[in-house]
Amino acid sequence: MAATDTAVRIPEITAHRVEPEPTGWVSWVTTTDHKRIGILYLVTTFVFFILGGVEALLMRVQLGAPDNTFLTPATYNALFTLHGTTMIFLFVVPIMAGFGNYFLPLMIGARDMAFPKLNALSYWLLLFGGIVFYGSLFFSPPEAGWTSYAPLSGSAYSSNGGIDAWIYLIHLTGISSLVGAINFYATIANMRAPGMGWGRLPLFVWSLLVYAVLLILALPVIAGAVTLLLTDRHFGTGFFDQGLGGDPLLWQHLFWFFGHPEVYIMILPGFGIISEVLPVFARKPIFGYKAIAAATVVIAFLALLVWAHHMFSTPSATIVLVFFMISSFLIAIPTGVKIFNWVATLWRGTVEFKTPLIFAVGFISVFLIGGITGVFLAVFPVDWQLTDTYFVVAHLHYVLVGGSVFAIFAGIYYWFPKMTGRMLSESIGKWSFALMYIGFNVTFLIQHSIGLDGMPRRVYEYPDIGNLGLYNLISTIGSFILALGIGLTVLNVVRSYRKGIKAGPDPWKANTLEWFTPSPPPVNNFDVIPRVRSVEPMKDIRRQVARQAGAGAELPPAPRH
Amino acid sequence: MNRMPAALAAVRPQTQHRIFALTLLAALAGMLALATGASADVLTPESGGSPQADSIDTLYKIILAVAVVVFVGVEGTLVYSLVRFRARKDAVPAQIRGNTRLEVGWTVGAAVILVVLAVVTFVMLDGIRNPPNSDADGFPTAVVENVSDASAFQPRTPNGRALNILVNGQRYAWRYTYPDADDNTLNNVFSYEEMVVPTKTTVTLEIVAQDVAHSWWIPQLGGKFDAVPGHKNFTWFKIPKPGVYRGQCAELCGRNHADMVARVRAVEPAQFKTWLQTKKRQIEAADELAARVRKQIDTPPPKGTE
Repeated sequence: MAATDTAVRIPEITAHRVEPEPTGWVSWVTTTDHKRIGILYLVTTFVFFILGGVEALLMRVQLGAPDNTFLTPATYNALFTLHGTTMIFLFVVPIMAGFGNYFLPLMIGARDMAFPKLNALSYWLLLFGGIVFYGSLFFSPPEAGWTSYAPLSGSAYSSNGGIDAWIYLIHLTGISSLVGAINFYATIANMRAPGMGWGRLPLFVWSLLVYAVLLILALPVIAGAVTLLLTDRHFGTGFFDQGLGGDPLLWQHLFWFFGHPEVYIMILPGFGIISEVLPVFARKPIFGYKAIAAATVVIAFLALLVWAHHMFSTPSATIVLVFFMISSFLIAIPTGVKIFNWVATLWRGTVEFKTPLIFAVGFISVFLIGGITGVFLAVFPVDWQLTDTYFVVAHLHYVLVGGSVFAIFAGIYYWFPKMTGRMLSESIGKWSFALMYIGFNVTFLIQHSIGLDGMPRRVYEYPDIGNLGLYNLISTIGSFILALGIGLTVLNVVRSYRKGIKAGPDPWKANTLEWFTPSPPPVNNFDVIPRVRSVEPMKDIRRQVARQAGAGAELPPAPRH
Repeated sequence: MNRMPAALAAVRPQTQHRIFALTLLAALAGMLALATGASADVLTPESGGSPQADSIDTLYKIILAVAVVVFVGVEGTLVYSLVRFRARKDAVPAQIRGNTRLEVGWTVGAAVILVVLAVVTFVMLDGIRNPPNSDADGFPTAVVENVSDASAFQPRTPNGRALNILVNGQRYAWRYTYPDADDNTLNNVFSYEEMVVPTKTTVTLEIVAQDVAHSWWIPQLGGKFDAVPGHKNFTWFKIPKPGVYRGQCAELCGRNHADMVARVRAVEPAQFKTWLQTKKRQIEAADELAARVRKQIDTPPPKGTE
């Protein structure tokens, strides 16, 4: 590939600016700096995370007691639609793009993304997609769930504009993600530091590469599907209308052909964060770098072949069910390999219990449960009992909250010092983790039992039968503990931004190039781009500095570039 | 796990360690309490109404057993690594980058577990997918016609006979149409919400939807089968003893989705025959009444009375 040991010119942005740099809010609106765009992404998506969380709490209050009347059915249906859509399209997917924006160029030794202006476009499309979607709150929010199954989402059953706002959101955030994905791909392919071959790419960057490819493959399918839905709704076509020769199942196939890769789009960058954090705090190289990178690619490939496991209860021939059971089994293998590699990374290390590590370990311990329940759901006869119940709700939250969200929090605690130059409080961080971990498990572990007891998902009320009332109350209490834990981190961020301990360039003694720059990094990131000689370039640099300091403190020779 | 507090005591009194260990302990204790303290149905699906539900329950328990072993193994190793290899003054981290034999080993190990689960599923599949014949003392049934829907699987008894009921999902009720001897489908016995069926008799269901998608689910009688407009879906059950089984629509169908309930009431075959006849008479009587009323409305009123 491009960067080998021969001297390759790194594409650089040369600025000849004469007018004064904009300051204040104008500087944020007009910025094309990947770090500022990254921060815009992170802050915006976190605001949506809080909105989605409030929606979840409202639902949990409604479900805290049997036959509750706190919310109307219409409000409840709108809430779970908003919650699912927000968390997926406005939080987990774009916050990974936020981390990617900020750290991808830094980690590969580049001075910006390949297309800085497109990068800004990605952000603004995301923001406006979110605003229009939430604008529907003032008219008529969508009520058909984040999956918007036809015919329920058709004009006959959802005549108001809520579904149209949802379609608009899918289109705008979709274009945003597509543009961003192409940008990531181009940046990784072309702008790596000298010496950074594919075998020396940080694992977080590997995960972003695969994230980008999956987005490019999956997003056009959902964009096409919602366009068909739009023409069905407004222009008299019948793609999903069996009365006009269409088929409601076509929607399910198209949706899940996008929807399942989307699951991995949401989790793979989280895997990448974990693979960065663990070796730093175990003070030990990642165990099986190649296996983890390869597993990421294999997961992405298989992710395109498992979509109908969301449709096991639709009219299906046995051979189809068997195919999708086997393909879903297969995807468990590379996922399991990653978990084993992470545990082996801790093995015989010297584990430092800093907050990022604790979140990463919390991630492994709960993501494992999500992975295991995924195997239950892959066995289609068992899935017939579990699908569309609270068991699935529990499973997907173990994957997306226990998985993605814990990884995101590990990332926040790990990279906050780089982004702001200040450390987050360790004690608040640990309390935040403790509350989140307990709250999360109290909320969602019991939901497996709620589902096994026969409670379907997406119901605004349930009868007072058996232990359903008690179980749901436990879950509701847990959700508030979880919210408190998240609130502590918000507090920590706000407080530490001004008052945190100064971090310095490399507070964790980490492995990757972002720690080579000052904290926060200057606009051009690197004055000199170091030559990369291993998968842990910062270890090499620290060793070199120590050697030279010991040998009589000469300045290090300027690295070639 | 008993060793953990002892191990903790050896740690220098750093609150960070303690918080983390306590968190883990609390979570593990919670899981154990849940696993031991609660009744069996906390951990397994509903069953007991029909052989296929029981088979699914068995299959689930096999997977659960494997899952518990994997869970304990991985979480145990994780917790052990954290306690045993926490940073200490004299500790030096081993600079290991991998171990091909170990990595191939656990990849193959994971694959073997999944192959075993797949084989178990295939072995049990026949009993879940294909219904048995009705018992000799069950309700006499006719041979069920083949229904053409290329995408779906229609379960058939070995002798082809079953009580074939049409289940029609509509916002927000289930309608059941019972078979009869003639070709006219307008005079069949039907009911809403509660399906009355004979015991000891194989009942096959033909599931359709007339507006949006719904999903038929009576947990104790087996899994869910979606009712999708334009398609036919199928399932079956065979209930040994009289009883009432409850369920509800399991696919979001609108604002009153939560209230779209279903009940299956199993009665002795003789009782079922009586119920069928009574229901038929009621429907005929209602039809006659409706015809009379319609005639009255249609007849032009005598002049001068307007």
